[in-house]
Amino acid sequence: MNRITKKFQEKQADEKLMSLFITAGYPDLESTVDLILGFEKNGADVIELGMPFSDPLADGPTIQYSSDVAIEKGISIDKIMDMVAEIRKHSEIPIILMGYMNPVLRYGVSKFCDRAKEVGVDGFILPDIPVEESGLIEKEADNVDIPIIYLVAPNTTDERMSLADEKSNGFVYCVSVTGVTGARSGEEVSQSVNRFIERVGENVTKNPKMIGFGIKSFDDAQKIAEKADGFIVGSALINKIKEVYPQQNWKDHVFDFVHSLKFGK
Amino acid sequence: MQATEIKTKYDQPNNRGYFGDYGGKFVPEILIPAITALEEEYQKAQNDPEFLQQYHELLEEYVGRPTKLTFADKLTAHYGKAKIYLKREDLCHTGAHKINNAIGQILLARRMGKTRIIAETGAGQHGVATATACAKFGMQCIVYMGAEDTVRQKLNVDRMRLMGAEVREVTSGSKTLKDATNEAIRDWVTNVEDTFYIIGSVVGPHPYPMMVRNFHRVIGDETKRQILEKEGRLPDYLVACVGGGSNALGLFYPFMDDDVKIIGVEAAGYGVDSGQTAATITKGTPGILHGSLSYLLHDANGQIELAHSISAGLDYPGIGPEHSYLHDSGRVQYHAVTDEEAMEAVKLLSQKEGIIPALETAHAFAWLENLMPETSPDEIVILNLSGRGDKDMKTISENL
Ligand SMILES: Cc1ncc(COP(=O)(O)O)c(C=O)c1O
Repeated sequence: MNRITKKFQEKQADEKLMSLFITAGYPDLESTVDLILGFEKNGADVIELGMPFSDPLADGPTIQYSSDVAIEKGISIDKIMDMVAEIRKHSEIPIILMGYMNPVLRYGVSKFCDRAKEVGVDGFILPDIPVEESGLIEKEADNVDIPIIYLVAPNTTDERMSLADEKSNGFVYCVSVTGVTGARSGEEVSQSVNRFIERVGENVTKNPKMIGFGIKSFDDAQKIAEKADGFIVGSALINKIKEVYPQQNWKDHVFDFVHSLKFGK
Repeated sequence: MQATEIKTKYDQPNNRGYFGDYGGKFVPEILIPAITALEEEYQKAQNDPEFLQQYHELLEEYVGRPTKLTFADKLTAHYGKAKIYLKREDLCHTGAHKINNAIGQILLARRMGKTRIIAETGAGQHGVATATACAKFGMQCIVYMGAEDTVRQKLNVDRMRLMGAEVREVTSGSKTLKDATNEAIRDWVTNVEDTFYIIGSVVGPHPYPMMVRNFHRVIGDETKRQILEKEGRLPDYLVACVGGGSNALGLFYPFMDDDVKIIGVEAAGYGVDSGQTAATITKGTPGILHGSLSYLLHDANGQIELAHSISAGLDYPGIGPEHSYLHDSGRVQYHAVTDEEAMEAVKLLSQKEGIIPALETAHAFAWLENLMPETSPDEIVILNLSGRGDKDMKTISENL
């Protein structure tokens, strides 16, 4: 069984799963594997491993910055695949590769899917591939049995929510506010979210629902993910790393933050 | 007014926004409702006589169309070969072709009840055109422009601000058109409910490449009528510079089914193999940027490369998807000229014809050095004089 699905089956009824987004190769190429293993020990249930792109047009300054750093340090899809292979020697945490389509296209879609299968990737999130353009990778991903996870937003119609549900496997990614990643505060987010999640609940019936964009703390997460199966933290985590790297024991500070996100203080 | 449009057999794009293998809508889910609504509204507007009348009336009374098709007698004598005609988009209000599209899109924005207009700009001509249209219609206008371009096209920054637009300087990446476009898209993603994004070239997700082309086809429609009046026949060659490719497609599109050779000229920067170039078709391979699949300058990891051109309007690592299709199909020939060759062309046109072209435009003229020797005196060449050079005087003086 797919590791993502298994994770949701094991989830306690009142538990919220935590998915963490981390840019591969940020803050440096050597730390990514350690960070992910440490995230798991501190409460992460799913990892979204960001494949950096020079022009991430759905992302705010934080993820742009981390992408630029990783590209500067020489990140590549081959290196990202090696990172996953290394993690798989120690851990069965679900890993989703998340990124824009151009680097994947350049790498070769079949080769990308084959290699992802080989190293133990569990899903793909491709923010610039809406369902109408999924033909570019759908068949290749299907051949190796790796699901594509689609996004829905508050302005997504009911029909498209159902379509995203039908096409996704593992969970549906709910973008909680219209906006680029990291753009809004938790307070601002939570109000609009309830109606959105209700609508998601009516239209997404096959898959669990994970909600993200703008979550910065345990309290944000509990509020925002009240009616969802879990939450996603990205920019806040990158900001935390940016704050403490390369102080002594910087990873411990990051892991404390991760622990607090999942369990509170 | 519709009657002046010449029907074509050429039928790109398909209903999914693909020109052959290129185009599409590679955008985040959040933008899907916006581009779907735009597509629907544009379809309606295209068939609404009232919309078309308003658009063409503005082009006539405000923009100053039709623009002239000027016989360049001195330039013709200089080469001693084919007759050279100039399609005078430099005579449009604001000084470049860009306003044809800005007017069309602002009318659409109003139909859709949007109150806030955003745009990206490189040379500043599209920014000025958008600021102009916004001033005319009393709409809020925000223009994203790379920090490098706000310096080399300062005149246009001042013009935009004078007309009430807010110019936001972009300092990420190469600080040029690509990065201005990224920021404009991020703004759109964040403010999609009330914001209309007026894209300045035949780029972006469907329906923009098709729609922008159609708002510029007036260039080619007029040219066809004018050359038939003057010469009683169609030209042998059409030449235009290609950044995103809007002035080129505006001229080319109505001639697609005709026996006319068509040439697009890209910016080679320091040279196509210098690593400092904007020659997307000549040096690029297919990829996805800014919402569509098209030729692209990118490295082996699929990271977008920084383009270089002396001309801010051509300094872009992508190109409209229809150009990629026309290149693959062979219908249009693409070539590239260097910064230096473009500068020589600025001098030649200024001195021979008393017309100072925009640096973008100068790239089309620079190709005459290669093209003219192949032509004969009984042939006709038409160049799109896409804009005037006032905005470039600083760069031009520095490079004379
Ligand atoms: C005068 C002029 N010509 C050409 C261009 C290039 O754009 P396009 O290729 O879309 O015509 C620009 C862009 O700023 C311009 O100002």
